[in-house]
Amino acid sequence: MMVNLHHFHGGLVLDGHKSESLRRGLLQASLPQRLILPLRQHIGDYNKPLVKVGQRVLRGDIIAASSSLICAAVHASTSGIVSEIGQFPVAHPSGQADSCIVIDVDGDDKAAIADIVDPENLGPEELIQRISRAGIVGLGGAAFPTSPKLSRGKSHGVDTLIINGIECEPYITCDDMLMRNYAVDVIRGCGYLQKILAPRKTLIAIEDNKPEAISAMLQALAEHALENAEIVPVPTIYPAGGEKQLIQILTGQEVPYGKLAFDIGLLCQNVGTCAAITRALERNEPLISRIVTCTGDNVVEPGNWEVRLGTPVSHLLELAGGFRHGDDAYLVMGGPMMGFALSGANVPIVKSSNCILVMREETIPHSPGYHDECIRCGKCTEVCPARLLPQQLYWHARARAYERTQEYHLFDCIECGCCSAVCPSQIPLVQYYRAAKGEIRAAQKAQFKSDRARARFEFREHRLLLKKQQDEERRRLKREALQQKRKQAADSTAVPDLVQAALERVRERKKAEQEETR
Amino acid sequence: MLLAILTISLMAGLFGLILGYASIRFKVEGNPIVDQIDALLPQTQCGQCTYAGCRPYAEAIANGEAPINQCPPGGQATIVALADLLDTEVLELNAEHGEHLDVPLVAVIDEQTCIGCTLCIQACPVDAILGASKHMHTVIAAECTGCKLCLPPCPVDCIDMVPVRQTIDDWKWSNPLDHPQLVHDG
Repeated sequence: MMVNLHHFHGGLVLDGHKSESLRRGLLQASLPQRLILPLRQHIGDYNKPLVKVGQRVLRGDIIAASSSLICAAVHASTSGIVSEIGQFPVAHPSGQADSCIVIDVDGDDKAAIADIVDPENLGPEELIQRISRAGIVGLGGAAFPTSPKLSRGKSHGVDTLIINGIECEPYITCDDMLMRNYAVDVIRGCGYLQKILAPRKTLIAIEDNKPEAISAMLQALAEHALENAEIVPVPTIYPAGGEKQLIQILTGQEVPYGKLAFDIGLLCQNVGTCAAITRALERNEPLISRIVTCTGDNVVEPGNWEVRLGTPVSHLLELAGGFRHGDDAYLVMGGPMMGFALSGANVPIVKSSNCILVMREETIPHSPGYHDECIRCGKCTEVCPARLLPQQLYWHARARAYERTQEYHLFDCIECGCCSAVCPSQIPLVQYYRAAKGEIRAAQKAQFKSDRARARFEFREHRLLLKKQQDEERRRLKREALQQKRKQAADSTAVPDLVQAALERVRERKKAEQEETR
Repeated sequence: MLLAILTISLMAGLFGLILGYASIRFKVEGNPIVDQIDALLPQTQCGQCTYAGCRPYAEAIANGEAPINQCPPGGQATIVALADLLDTEVLELNAEHGEHLDVPLVAVIDEQTCIGCTLCIQACPVDAILGASKHMHTVIAAECTGCKLCLPPCPVDCIDMVPVRQTIDDWKWSNPLDHPQLVHDG
């Protein structure tokens, strides 16, 4: 089985900066003094806390969950005492606080008692249920809960399962490190995904700048004879790791506008997610840790650490030896292209945190202090992997003509940052698109609310009208009944009628008597 | 000559029949312009425009009885949208009708003070208050439009209007244009 590779439009060849964080092997991060676990570390609905302040929790205990379908439970990453439940700063571009559970770590790292069941004996539904209970989300960055994705893929039918080991953004090496160290877990995870989804074939895509990861994966694949699975080295072009771009490279197909990968029989999962699935199913370990790259030109010893979720970024920075140049640094969560600036080092590592980039202010990638005017060079259009017209989007976003931006398919923009990176005027194009998307979403939300208010207002009017009609009807009936009664009463007081009735009765009796005698 | 007159009148009659049929067959229910205006109004149902709700105001605008600048909750954005729809001049919001607030409000009942009189329930235009006679009332925050119509009838003054709490989901990326130092003109 050979896979013919295709190309996606545009893209960039970027400086990798990957070797810095790969010099040392995978390191185990020590436990911090306290863990801050946000109630929501995924895309979807909020969890509700299941623990109280002062309660003792063990490693792997579920501490927050929800009955919603699009949700992933949160587990205690180590043993300790719940010391606070409240608002704490989280890793979010807004720098705002969100609901979190704080655990004071006791250092014993005592695990909760687990009921280990051989996953080979479980059916697809039970496997999905166990994945759900382990709180697993897509570890590629989007953090979409894995179990609903698998359920939906299963009901749609999956032709090709794509395992994403691309990691195309510069500086980030956590998936590379994962594949070097846990290739067997990744391959076994693919096996469980095959069991759930029954795809015709499985493609494990890895960028060709990771030869060590590729050889480790090839070896693991050879040892665990996985049927119809193949490791596909892919040329290093940013953003090959984007879901739609990877699908195009591997299958030549484009996901149609407004549709998802399911709709063309595909399902993508990140390599980290596969490893997490193996851990959850075979060792009953929920998602309580992940590999995080800490790198950049302003950190003393870059590297990759296996970090418990909830660990503050400041703890990771200490492990990496602190800042190289003074106390001031620019912290980014994610990579230089798609990451966002952190408001401080007190925010916790969460399920979606793949990299902490530590830069000097003056070397911040693609974020100049000002920008010049667009000179209409068209370079952005050349590099756009979504085949959009970034320049048109920019003009309309700038003019706040949001309807026009939607006509130019603003929501197909994956915010990869290629256009901003090549812009000779250094226009922060993606920033304009994000702002436009935010305005459009807010307007949609307001429209939804006003439509609801209209429906409720109209229903109320209808209800009041109905009530008025009913009241009137009741009054009319009452009035009529009263009139009837009055009439009867008037009739009963009329003497001649009584006499008449008596005469009538007599007449009838006589008539009857006559007939009898006859 | 006669033939021409005959032909023309025959055609006129025929087209008349077609038009007459079409006007029955494709009859438009309701007044579409009122619907279009109503769709642009914020549906707060607050009555600050002096009409009994957004739809009555939309009808008044459509009939030319009311100017387009009487809706404080909609603010300038609604006025611009209405002017665009009706192809009229953009006006300033008429301050007589109230001020536009950037942050939406929600009613909150102080449940300790509430005596359960049901007056606010009767006043709420969107049925967003829950309760019964001599029982505590509460506001369904998600349905409240912040119209303040429940405030005047309350005999114990136990309803407060508070700004809607902004969560992390309400946050939006800022527009680079809002940071003028980022844009070099010229």
